[in-house]
Amino acid sequence: MNFPVLTICLLAPLIAALILIFLPRDEERLHKAVAAAGTFTSLAISLYVYFSYNRELGGLQFVERIPWINDLGVSYFMGVDGLSLPMLLLTNLIGFSAVFASWNVKKRTKEFFVLLMVLVAGVMGTFIAQDLFIFLLFYEVVVIPIYIMVIVWGSSKRVTKEYAGMKLTIYLLIGSAFLLASVIATFVKSVQITGVPDMSFHGLGQVPFPEQFQIYMFLLMLIGFGSLLSMWPLHSWSPDGYAGAPTAVSMIHAGVLKKIGGYGLIRLAVYVMPAGAAYWAPFIAVLGIAGCAYAAMSALAQKDLKYLVGYSSVSHMGYVLLGVAALNSVGINGAVANMFAHGVMAALFFSMIGFIYEKTHTRWIPDLGGLARQVPRLAVGFMMAAMASLGLPGLISFIPEFTIFVGSFERFGLLAVVAIAGIIITALYVLRAGANTLFGPPRQEYDDLKDIKGPEMVPLVVLGAVLVVGGLLPSLLFDVINSGVEPIMAHIADYLPTAVQIGGGY
Amino acid sequence: MTGISVIHYVLLSAALFSVGLFGALVKRNAISVLICIELMLNAVNINLVAFNRYVTPETFVGQLFSIFVITVAAAEVGVGLAIIIAIFRNRLSVNLDDFNWLKW
Amino acid sequence: MIEFAMHHAWLVPLLPAVAFVIIVFLTRPWPRLSSAVSIAFMLASFVTAALAAYGVFTDPHFKHHPLIYTVRWFGMQGLNIDVGIYLDPSSAMMIFMVSLVALLVQIYSTGYMKGDPGYSVFFSYLSLFAASMLGMVLSSNLLQMFVFWELVGLCSYLLIGFYSFKISAREAAKKAFITTRVADFGLLLGILAVQIIFGTLNFDELTQMAPNFENYTTAGMMTLIAVLLFIGPVGKSGQFPLHVWLPDAMEGPTPVSALIHAATMVVAGVYLVGRNMFLFAEVESALYLVAVTGAFTAFFAATIAVTQREIKRILAYSTVSQLGYMMLALGVGSLTASFFHLWTHAFFKALMFLAAGSVLHALHHKADVWEMGGLIKKMPITGWTFVIGGLAIAGIPPFAGFWSKDEILLAAYQSGHYFLFLLASITAFLTAFYMWRMIFLAFFGEEKPENHPHESPANMTVPLVVLAVLAAVGGLIGTPSTPLWQQWIYYGHPHHIEPNVIIMLSSIALAAAGIGLAYLLYVRDKEKTNAKDLARRFQPVYKLLYNKYYIDEMYQWFTRVVVDGSARITYLFDIYVVDGIVNGSAAITKGLGSVMRYFQTGKVQTYALVFYMAVLVITVVLAFTDASSSVLVMGGAE
Repeated sequence: MNFPVLTICLLAPLIAALILIFLPRDEERLHKAVAAAGTFTSLAISLYVYFSYNRELGGLQFVERIPWINDLGVSYFMGVDGLSLPMLLLTNLIGFSAVFASWNVKKRTKEFFVLLMVLVAGVMGTFIAQDLFIFLLFYEVVVIPIYIMVIVWGSSKRVTKEYAGMKLTIYLLIGSAFLLASVIATFVKSVQITGVPDMSFHGLGQVPFPEQFQIYMFLLMLIGFGSLLSMWPLHSWSPDGYAGAPTAVSMIHAGVLKKIGGYGLIRLAVYVMPAGAAYWAPFIAVLGIAGCAYAAMSALAQKDLKYLVGYSSVSHMGYVLLGVAALNSVGINGAVANMFAHGVMAALFFSMIGFIYEKTHTRWIPDLGGLARQVPRLAVGFMMAAMASLGLPGLISFIPEFTIFVGSFERFGLLAVVAIAGIIITALYVLRAGANTLFGPPRQEYDDLKDIKGPEMVPLVVLGAVLVVGGLLPSLLFDVINSGVEPIMAHIADYLPTAVQIGGGY
Repeated sequence: MTGISVIHYVLLSAALFSVGLFGALVKRNAISVLICIELMLNAVNINLVAFNRYVTPETFVGQLFSIFVITVAAAEVGVGLAIIIAIFRNRLSVNLDDFNWLKW
Repeated sequence: MIEFAMHHAWLVPLLPAVAFVIIVFLTRPWPRLSSAVSIAFMLASFVTAALAAYGVFTDPHFKHHPLIYTVRWFGMQGLNIDVGIYLDPSSAMMIFMVSLVALLVQIYSTGYMKGDPGYSVFFSYLSLFAASMLGMVLSSNLLQMFVFWELVGLCSYLLIGFYSFKISAREAAKKAFITTRVADFGLLLGILAVQIIFGTLNFDELTQMAPNFENYTTAGMMTLIAVLLFIGPVGKSGQFPLHVWLPDAMEGPTPVSALIHAATMVVAGVYLVGRNMFLFAEVESALYLVAVTGAFTAFFAATIAVTQREIKRILAYSTVSQLGYMMLALGVGSLTASFFHLWTHAFFKALMFLAAGSVLHALHHKADVWEMGGLIKKMPITGWTFVIGGLAIAGIPPFAGFWSKDEILLAAYQSGHYFLFLLASITAFLTAFYMWRMIFLAFFGEEKPENHPHESPANMTVPLVVLAVLAAVGGLIGTPSTPLWQQWIYYGHPHHIEPNVIIMLSSIALAAAGIGLAYLLYVRDKEKTNAKDLARRFQPVYKLLYNKYYIDEMYQWFTRVVVDGSARITYLFDIYVVDGIVNGSAAITKGLGSVMRYFQTGKVQTYALVFYMAVLVITVVLAFTDASSSVLVMGGAE
């Protein structure tokens, strides 16, 4: 085994959290510095991993595997492939930016950053774990800090923060209950079939599950991951949750946590249950399209900036589902890339809205206006996120969306057109929000607002740079993703006919 | 000794247990309830010893078990009285009707 | 040198892009430096473009073998996209024209935008625009074209909304973006369909495939693709019914109107259709749709322009109308005529906009032509260059517009679409009339004492003069006696159309009639009583035209009532139904809890009683049902 790069990447925020626990509670600057250092270490490592990953070779790299519970076939199994790499990088980009987006947190900074570090580490863990058990472990870990952070540092608008936090947590726990049931069933079934307990994704993937079983399990997994991905109609936690959460949590939640749903759907559900995926694909597509159109329409009716972005993220996740449902290389490539793109974009959006809220104490669009004059840099960040959201070419989200459209148009034809029409509605609400918030006559009450500067610029610089670079050089993203998607597609192609045959025998 | 069989012990034990149960359920005084619980425990003890004697006389499982019960009962009384005293200090009452804080 | 320029044609769009980056990140605090950077890079870009164009136009090889070089952009199994350069006579002409106009507009802007707080930003946007536009023109595949297509849209959005603190500018910018976005939806669908059916988006491969499209798809699908692709240009080039954004776009600073909304960006749609002529040419019906849309737009916009009062609005509607001409030409199958008009229109329309800017600059943004008058005496350069532009657009020989418009009319006539030809001819008359109405009102007649006009500085007038020269002689490369243009820019094979003297003379006559009528109504008649009388007599028509056929109002109604209404309904559905189910299930759980809690009396003795009863019940039940338990309870079966 090589140097345990991934473990260090995972531990860096946890060590930062540990250090934070022992710091005096009024050293606020120190807390931030430690948190920044922790996430920066992870970011640096994940950048190194991203760019030193051998794309020609593909497959799992930077593998670490230590047997843990032999009877259950559980091992501490870490590794990255083309699917997890972008997600790992995304987590750390957003984690790092989230620290700076929370630069002005005044209340209980120590606890805040401890929880934030745990959150970042937990999310990261789900993406690099190659063992289903470890994956679930991290998945459950992330829910708790989010709950605490929402109810302590959140804000109450349309709904109270307690309600928002509770809704978020319970929704995700119920989703994970479905997931857990399917995981246990899958594991037991796999032992019945092969006789060897193995919890790794790869191991489970090799098991020839009967078709009927796959169909049931896939549905459970779809509900589990779908509720995390805010699949319509399991999305209603998302706008409320984001609106209630503090900026950093909204960023991480919309940016990466949600993507665990999409990631899991591909990594676990599609990979292990290809026949189930084939069976449910049209259903997922319909839900995805419904999500796109429906959430975009709802977003159009919003007056609160965070709700707007909350609904918009539901809408964008519809595209991801559509890409997954296409079940072809192009569609899944697009889905993964779109998760990355949306993550960066949503995080930037939420951080900018967070700053606007911090400075003006309102997120209510009719109360805002003309901010472009008073806080130009903030306006630039906002507009960049807005433009990425409406899929402007040259920014990161266009190519993934295009790819999804190609993949899904090929498979679903006219059905996909509805989703593509979503780009018009997206343009409408995003531009309206931008126009009513940033442009128009400046308001006197905001004349002495201070533009973002110093540490506050970090989210804009980091995420904005990724938006542009990813838009101009999409191959940076797609080459990696493709190296991860191709084996999955090959695997599906290998297993689909056999699985169908087995199903036919029943 | 011929007149006394296991059925007599069982009857005695059942009577004692019923008395204890009745007291435990209807008495309002916490200390009385505690005493009644002791009665029930001792009814069990009689049962254990009697069955041990008549069913498996070659082992001492019943006796041993009853000793355990006595020990635990002593400890339980100790803890129970301590709780009652603590509650009494708080509420100036040992009436069980006042002890309804567990209620929803 | 020429060889270098041709093989490094990517420098043409890259140089302004570099200028954009430099201005944004380095020189923004120093306005003069920023404009110098912008102009210097633009000049370099122009020189490269000119050299490359020279290279193309001196080697007939390029007529049929465009210079293409590509690099891989991204790819995966089933989808591979390149970016690259596609240099042929059409794109060479375009880069030359675009970079030239962009350069002149930038020079002009140093005067026009002087002292504006957003001076540097303005130049950075102009650079970004130039980069995107040049990139679009040189694109080697449809997706790349779409990318730049959207980027020019972004620049247009940013520049229309340049004075974003004005609500009108803000709304106009938004409207422009969203309207073109609606159109781009169609374009995107078309591109997707092309990708899926042909498996490639590269123009060179598609050119090979299109004639044999039966191997890939049906004729119906092909028509659908062409129509979808055409929707994009309808939006971008301001064709009916998506023309509404273009007149509003005049909220932007005037140099922007000249560069983006007259000379370059709005012709992107024409260029796109021209570039994809190989697709359109395969399906007659799509082509016919293009022609009808173009002719109708030309006529429709001209009728609106007749009644408008603001100088820039008149010019905007005239742009819409001229774009209609170009579409008409494409629709009747004459790429030559369309691009020729595109070329001449770029010069005379940019000229007129810049001249109008000069007027506005002098009059402190008083825009109503009825409040102007006699400006030519105080502003001779602006005035006379404007007059040249007016002669060119009206179609008076030998000015540029005459040759290109004549080419279009001829093409329409020879294609056999006589009705479209008629419509185009009437439009020619209207064009001459409304243009000269504006010129007579603004530049001739009595001076208004409240105006204190003065001629603009040299950095504004020099571009005007340059453009005026081009507007005057730019068409001479395509006259019947010197058909250079026709030999270089065409689709398929050069079809030299025999000049038709009758059409030529009739178009001159129509133009002269238009100008004459304007003269009668607005110069001879000092009080303009006849004009006012006409407006009064045809009050309903006048109102309809003045209010632009109420199309804006219809769209507004649609957005406000239909779109926003359904958004509202969706949202209410979301809160009350979807979320209602969620909260409902939570409420059910809570309700169950509130019933169940009554079992929790808090009295230990009650619990004990229940406990005891339960044990009793279980014992009894077991005793009577379960054999093995009954042995234990009932004392054995022996």
